Amino acid sequence: MNEEKLCAEVENNSPHSVKKRIRNDIILVLAIILFASIALLVMLALRSEGGAAVVTVNGKPYASLPLDKDAELIIQGEDGGYNILVIKDGEAYIREADCPDKICVKHRRISYSGETIVCLPNGVSVKIEGSGGGVDAVS
Amino acid sequence: MRYHEKRFNVRRLVLLGTFTAIALILSYIEFLLPPIWSAVPGIKLGLANVMVIYVLYSLSLKDAAMVSLVRVFLSAILFGTALTLAYSLAGAVLSLAAMAILKKLGLFSEVGVSIAGAVLHNLGQILVAVIVLRTAEIGYYMIILTLTGILSGVFVGLVGSLLTKYIKFDWSKQK
Repeated sequence: MNEEKLCAEVENNSPHSVKKRIRNDIILVLAIILFASIALLVMLALRSEGGAAVVTVNGKPYASLPLDKDAELIIQGEDGGYNILVIKDGEAYIREADCPDKICVKHRRISYSGETIVCLPNGVSVKIEGSGGGVDAVS
Repeated sequence: MRYHEKRFNVRRLVLLGTFTAIALILSYIEFLLPPIWSAVPGIKLGLANVMVIYVLYSLSLKDAAMVSLVRVFLSAILFGTALTLAYSLAGAVLSLAAMAILKKLGLFSEVGVSIAGAVLHNLGQILVAVIVLRTAEIGYYMIILTLTGILSGVFVGLVGSLLTKYIKFDWSKQK
């Protein structure tokens, strides 16, 4: 047998049989799924409570309300539309709005950093930002 | 092997050029196809990785890296922007590294190696997205991309291993 053929065979023949390697593949897939689930759990555990609800209208800053104080704010949106933002028990939600779809009103209450309620018809967006020692403080 | 004896081996140059062209065509076909799930951009088959797997198993890591990186640059120039270059480059480098290590271990078949490549490719892109968009929110997105990456990795790995098995050249032949 010449040298080249030998090299090719050695490269193709792993010390492990095909059956064993396929079994290892399955273990690999399970390990990846396990790792991804752990990563998801860690992310859920580490998500930080937000510090304030930042309101923007058409991308322009409108108001910023701290989450630890109960409050109500009537947001004057685009074309005379309005949304009533309520802060209660550290959570923010839209109680009332004159937009046709009411998606913002149906949105669940938000309190974690990065969560957003958007009312497209009125151009209003409420985003939870900042927290003590959260991701924002680090970056 | 005589294949690697010369640094400037014309045969190698021609073969790698051909494989890169095939990989590029595969990315173009994928670029033309409608998105699989429009709500979650980034879910792709990764057809071009078929060529990378094939070259990795039939030739060498160096050749596979060459095909993969040249393909990434060319497809970014042809169908993308500087930003897509950053995304695919991060994906390609991580995925190549993972595939090289797993292949060297010898514990996994082509399919396993390809799955690791697909998942790491997605991970690289997510990392760039986190840096560019400055939000950790898209981390959740990684879970979906990991699962779809496994599926596309199985498909690409099967095709790649069939190619490796049935398309064989005498790489060293020189005339």
